[in-house]
Amino acid sequence: MNIFDVSFFAENFVALCRGIPLTLQLTLLSVTSGAVFAIVLASFRLSGNQVLDGLARGYIFVFRGTPLLVQLYIIYYGLSQFPELRKSFAWPFLREAYWCASLALCLNTAAYSAEIIRGGVIAVPLGQIEAAKAYGMGGLTLLRRIIAPQAFRLMLPAYSNELILVVKSTALASTITMMEVTGIAAKLISATYRPVEIFIAAGAIYLLLNFSITRLLRLLEYRLSRDRRPHQAATGEHA
Amino acid sequence: MKLTLILSAAVLAVSLQPANAADKLRIATEGAYAPWNFSGPNGTLEGFEIDLANDLCKRMNKECEIVAQNWDGIIPSLTAGKYDAIMAGMSITPKREEVIAFSKPYAAAINSFAVLGDGDLANLPMAGKPLSVDSEAAKPVLEQIVKLIEGKAVGVQGSTTASSFVEQYLKGADAREYKTTEEHNLDLVAGRLDAVVANATVLSAALEKEDMAGVKLSGPLFSGKVFGMIGIGLRKEDTALKADFDKAIEAARTDGTIKTLSEKWFRLDVSPQD
Repeated sequence: MNIFDVSFFAENFVALCRGIPLTLQLTLLSVTSGAVFAIVLASFRLSGNQVLDGLARGYIFVFRGTPLLVQLYIIYYGLSQFPELRKSFAWPFLREAYWCASLALCLNTAAYSAEIIRGGVIAVPLGQIEAAKAYGMGGLTLLRRIIAPQAFRLMLPAYSNELILVVKSTALASTITMMEVTGIAAKLISATYRPVEIFIAAGAIYLLLNFSITRLLRLLEYRLSRDRRPHQAATGEHA
Repeated sequence: MKLTLILSAAVLAVSLQPANAADKLRIATEGAYAPWNFSGPNGTLEGFEIDLANDLCKRMNKECEIVAQNWDGIIPSLTAGKYDAIMAGMSITPKREEVIAFSKPYAAAINSFAVLGDGDLANLPMAGKPLSVDSEAAKPVLEQIVKLIEGKAVGVQGSTTASSFVEQYLKGADAREYKTTEEHNLDLVAGRLDAVVANATVLSAALEKEDMAGVKLSGPLFSGKVFGMIGIGLRKEDTALKADFDKAIEAARTDGTIKTLSEKWFRLDVSPQD
């Protein structure tokens, strides 16, 4: 047996690609729902209301402080132990590993993202907010024109980190029977007992996914920071 | 020249040292496959294979250390040298034999379905009767089972003979793979699965637990080539160790030790017949 068999690698790389749609679905679903939830949590944190702030703090404390795998197991294996829950409206969702995985990833990423959003918002210079207020802006106008655009740009580098972490975290869904990239890799290894090529192929797929994501985010970051780039000489050149 | 001599002498000295004196024999087990091997209430490994491993080591006059290892990586870690032998209810299959060697079998593998007592599959044919899937008699029974199980969610532990059985014989089923039998049992109770296929001894031990109330065995007790016999997994190059194990297993079989241990843990005799 070769140490590294290139054709075996290629063959399994193709087989593993069949897991990409599920990996992407889990990522998209949890990132979008997680972002919405994170905005709610961040606004609780920034609300100045002690009760709301405390609630959000507690949530973030628990979900950032415990391993995602444990959260996933509690949602998938733990909740299903209660017959009351199995008879409830939630069971059609919680019965499916797909929704359990999405839910766990969503709840987890929301906790991290909320702090990223909060960080972005409080990093907006106070002087600008005061200036805007002096112009008579308030409430939603202030948020829409001054705070949100800048907070978004400020949080983007940290948030792209979080996106990468979510892509990699989807691998944990394989522990609850999901056949995403890692799940397929485990199955192929159990059939061939050749972990080297298969795990390297799986790793390469995650690398490609994350490479595309970082590129996209870098592009977005570039477009959002037009005012910070040195002005191009006004010679009318449009490359 | 002198250096080469000294070096080769040193290498020779090391390689000539009897293995049993130099180092402990490390045996891997899964630790989540009761009653074959499992973690007891105080965290120590227990079970049929733990008792048998200790007995075989005594016979071979070797000091042994039993370690727990995830089923997933149990073969790659053996070939990588993390331990020297696997005793984890592992069936001897041609595919595994491409990668590792096996001792003589120390037990026969019998598999069965477990289902919810009130589910659709509660009354599969030939309940509790032994059936070799290789025999002619098995064909009509399997046909019947295939029809009943079409589209049903069937849980198996990944990389086991149970999973190959479902893949080969129950193609219409919605097969789902789990890391451990404990996990698919939980999902059977939760109603995510319609049936599980696993070693009958493991299933019947699990059924004794309180939270498995409502679950029962269904259909025949399957045996046959796809399930194979259970042996000790060894690296191909360790031929001397294999010879030692073969001798010890033969002795434990003929003096009835395997039978006694089997009845102690399974309440049935799984010792291999000729």
